[in-house]
Amino acid sequence: MVMPQTDAAFRTDAVPAEVAVSARNISKTYGEVEALKNLSLEFPRGQLTSLLGPSGCGKTTLLKIIAGLLEPTSGEIVVNGKPVKGPGPDRAFVFQDFALLPWANVLRNVAFGLELRGVAKSEREDIAEKYIKEVGLAGFEKSFPHELSGGMRQRVGLARALSVDADVLLMDEPFSAVDEQTRRKFQEDLLNLVKHENKTFIFVTHSIEEAVYVSDQIAILLPRPSRVSEIIRPTGLRDKDVDMLRRDPEYLDIVDQIWASLRSYVE
Amino acid sequence: MVVFGFRLPMMASLLVWALLWEIIGQLGLTFFVPPLSEVIVTLFGVLPTRAFQTALYDTAYAFLAGVFFAVVIGIPVGILMGKSRLLDELLLPWVNIFLSAPLTALVPVLMVLFGFGTKTIIITTTLFAIWIIILNSRAGVMQINRSLIEMSRSFGASQMDALVKIYFWAALPEILGGVRIGVIRAVKGVIIGQLLISIVGFGALFELYSANFMMSHFWAVLIVLFALAFSISEFLAYLERRVDYYAASR
Repeated sequence: MVMPQTDAAFRTDAVPAEVAVSARNISKTYGEVEALKNLSLEFPRGQLTSLLGPSGCGKTTLLKIIAGLLEPTSGEIVVNGKPVKGPGPDRAFVFQDFALLPWANVLRNVAFGLELRGVAKSEREDIAEKYIKEVGLAGFEKSFPHELSGGMRQRVGLARALSVDADVLLMDEPFSAVDEQTRRKFQEDLLNLVKHENKTFIFVTHSIEEAVYVSDQIAILLPRPSRVSEIIRPTGLRDKDVDMLRRDPEYLDIVDQIWASLRSYVE
Repeated sequence: MVVFGFRLPMMASLLVWALLWEIIGQLGLTFFVPPLSEVIVTLFGVLPTRAFQTALYDTAYAFLAGVFFAVVIGIPVGILMGKSRLLDELLLPWVNIFLSAPLTALVPVLMVLFGFGTKTIIITTTLFAIWIIILNSRAGVMQINRSLIEMSRSFGASQMDALVKIYFWAALPEILGGVRIGVIRAVKGVIIGQLLISIVGFGALFELYSANFMMSHFWAVLIVLFALAFSISEFLAYLERRVDYYAASR
């Protein structure tokens, strides 16, 4: 089901889940350039919300504002009822280029978030090992990033974000730097993760198929200045068999519909 | 290197030059170049003498102390300059001026300020080494991948954590390169200091031997100095190669 929205309308929409993160009237300007203008959006708890839009639409900017890495020019982000002042332990970030320490092995990289939080060495390594297993990298604890493939590196980045046990996982085009097959595997794994970890995922992507495949809610952002043009909830898809999804008529319809609304913005 | 299908051993060129040196020396063209064999015999004669060992100790002490301060001050200053735009704008002109300044000309001023002792020699050595260490540390920090810094911030790193756990390590390949060049400059610094400030250490030996035209002694000490500088610089180059694997992927 596709629901065209206006800024005012989507809040009154019946959202069954509780809101974990909300962006309220966020604006961000760089000098003369308005990157985001009066953007409001809510992220339901335990679900995956994609920020989808053409390049330059400010989706990464919004994600970094939610992370507390950038300050909005006006407006505020509220996470679990508390306004965001900067980075915090309730959010963890997965980077597009993985952002691993090249001089540290997988174990230390995964434990690095905990290391910065002052968790004792043996404890953080136990936790890290558990998540290394969970992302399927058991046996690679002593490897260094340059010895791993792109996909494996991103698994390290994911394990690092999971091991700090934050409520909200912020993912900035996490699969765009890995090859197509790996990406598909990742998308399947991500669906499992959303199902089994009770976390809120905010996922930036420029791939329509990816967004429809993994999301509970898709926010389509349009550029110059960015605002949310519509919100799509492919709820019907979530109960379907993952293996059949890419051939599902509803899936294909939604992909087409999103393309129709985005195509005029693509140069 | 392979020449006509033969694999030449490392530093084969040194052998060629050594041979040339020996031939010119044996021909007796100039008193300035005694045969290499004579220099080497002199070298082993000089090594056990008390004068030489005192000189070695004095020079090594001033050199190591000078390099120590250059490293301990230079690396943090360079990292902070790379990190803070304000500090960079303030300090960069001075660093560049001192990097290219003829520091030898400053030595008399240092003598007025700090006296004629070892302290001034150490300061001279530090001044020769520190600027390139600062510049290289700064350059290393400036090319750090932005997302590594964002990563550390997003996981709640304090300023100190970021400096020690991210900036230093990410800039390490450049820092080591800077220290290696700095150390070579420090060798010049310590000898110039010992020649100009107070005639001690290897500086005193050079002065003594060249003033008395004892050329084989002069060359012998120079070879020792070269060997020491070369070993230290090769050791640092080895450390640099150890971190090479991540220099490309930061």
